[in-house]
Amino acid sequence: MSLDFLNAIEAALNGLSTGIMYALVALGFVLIFKASGIFNFAQGVMALFAALTLVGLQSGQVPFSHLINAAFGTSIHNFGWNVPTLLAIPLTVAVMVAFAWLVERIVLKHLVNQEPIILFMATIGLAFFLEGLGDIMWGAEVKRLDVGIPQGGNLWFEDNTRWLGMGNPDFYGFYIDTLNLVAIVIAGILVTALVIFSQYTKQGRALRAVADDHQAALSVGISLRFIWVLTWSIAGIVALVAGIMWGSKSGVQFSLSLIALKALPVLILGGFTSIPGAIVGGLLIGVGEKLFDFYMQPIIGGATENWFAYMLALVFLLFRPQGLFGERIIERV
Amino acid sequence: MLDNHEGHVTADGRQIGGVVMELKNITLRFGGVEAIKNISFDIRKGEIRAIIGPNGAGKSSMLNVISGFYNPQEGDVIYKGYKRPRMRPYQVARMGIARTFQNIALFEGMSVLDNIMTGRMNLMKTGFLSQALWWGRAAREEAEHREKVEKVIDFLEIQAIRKTPVARLPYGLKKRVELARALAAEPQILLLDEPMAGMNVEEKEDMSRFILDVNDEFGTTIVLIEHDMGVVMDLSDRVVVMDYGKKIGDGTPAEVRSNQAVIDAYLGVAHE
Repeated sequence: MSLDFLNAIEAALNGLSTGIMYALVALGFVLIFKASGIFNFAQGVMALFAALTLVGLQSGQVPFSHLINAAFGTSIHNFGWNVPTLLAIPLTVAVMVAFAWLVERIVLKHLVNQEPIILFMATIGLAFFLEGLGDIMWGAEVKRLDVGIPQGGNLWFEDNTRWLGMGNPDFYGFYIDTLNLVAIVIAGILVTALVIFSQYTKQGRALRAVADDHQAALSVGISLRFIWVLTWSIAGIVALVAGIMWGSKSGVQFSLSLIALKALPVLILGGFTSIPGAIVGGLLIGVGEKLFDFYMQPIIGGATENWFAYMLALVFLLFRPQGLFGERIIERV
Repeated sequence: MLDNHEGHVTADGRQIGGVVMELKNITLRFGGVEAIKNISFDIRKGEIRAIIGPNGAGKSSMLNVISGFYNPQEGDVIYKGYKRPRMRPYQVARMGIARTFQNIALFEGMSVLDNIMTGRMNLMKTGFLSQALWWGRAAREEAEHREKVEKVIDFLEIQAIRKTPVARLPYGLKKRVELARALAAEPQILLLDEPMAGMNVEEKEDMSRFILDVNDEFGTTIVLIEHDMGVVMDLSDRVVVMDYGKKIGDGTPAEVRSNQAVIDAYLGVAHE
């Protein structure tokens, strides 16, 4: 195999792990959209907020410390203890569940039966609110997140793929960050768990029922509000996983909320209502943008990753507007 | 509330009990329109109670009041002797009132079996957390409910389509699956909104047979809406007749049939 081809594969492999990130954020979107028809613009910020909360808990940061210090002239910043990761993660999950409950109580409850655009605007407001809350609570500086996932190039993977070069002295095997390998495994576990939950449990069945028909769901005794809290909680947990992975890779910073924008082309590719669509769409865009960059860089220059996904989405909108796995749009006349 | 009627046995040997639900002076308005005007009637345990009337008489609204989809502005719903407070539809469902819809509300993307399983949602005890923690117990409970559902499937003769996604079924079968889902909840009161609408004669006969069998076999109290007079007269023990939101007749099919107001409503009356 030529070195060029091998390098392309390496680029694709690395794209796969970026794609997992996109897929996770898109997954959060799909979950909420399916259950309630709400396009949750705040999904990316939820990932940011979850990651901020996790770091804050881990490092024993005092929430709202800047506010408290400014108001009372004190200078407290830290509780002086660290919460172990294994405890901090469940605590963060609890925070995300509480957040879901509050969203239902304070926002969604009052907007039942409103136009989708109004609910969408509400989630935009929610996104800005949550970003501001994260800032006030935990501070705006970039934080290091370490939950014990090993990082750096994976030597084992490199050693075991060297033979593919067939004796080519310039090929040392595929380089891939261990973090990315772990991300792929975790995402796999998460999706499997979600599938088991939705297919084989009572609440999972209720979730699918609500996604299908609100009125029928009510008639068999399913509380829509409980289901909404449940979906937002699950979306919060998915956001936490996305936040942990992105945060471990490049630190917890506010630009994290921008990956939500990359989830849009993923959704257009995969379809807004399909969980497998979100995964495949995410991977396609992750791999696609790396490969496009790899082959086109010599011709049109770099930084194509910024726009490639959107261009691909545009092409899809022209030829397959329902996405790869979305329900077919049939207009009856 | 004390029951003033200890029940009786019908000519065909079914046991009719005391009053299970009483609707008292129900008035329902949509803006300025009065869909239901001061209607009262009762439902006895084990009977088939029909609500009939021409299109737009307010029959479906009445059913929606009973099932909690609408809350009336005036009047009380007395269920098992207690005045029912304002409730959401899912709360009413949890009190043992199951229903079907005029325009079929099934979960199109799910299989017939899954659809009927949702009917048992309220009867499942295992909660959210315990389901996650004690997987074995939840699985056992699921199996028990599955068994009950299979009985309903046998009863309504839909074994052949158990695993079929509902979206692929023809209209008549969808109606039957919807009945199965309501039945799976083992309801105290079963509400059927035009169970025979849009069916051909054969399907209507099948559905009539199922309704009678359900009532006979399980003693289920059934309230059904129909605008086809013939069907209703054969099926029901007692009939409420509505027209323009008002009750114009109430009694056995024979009594209703000879009621002048009912005849006028159905055949039209000459204006002086």
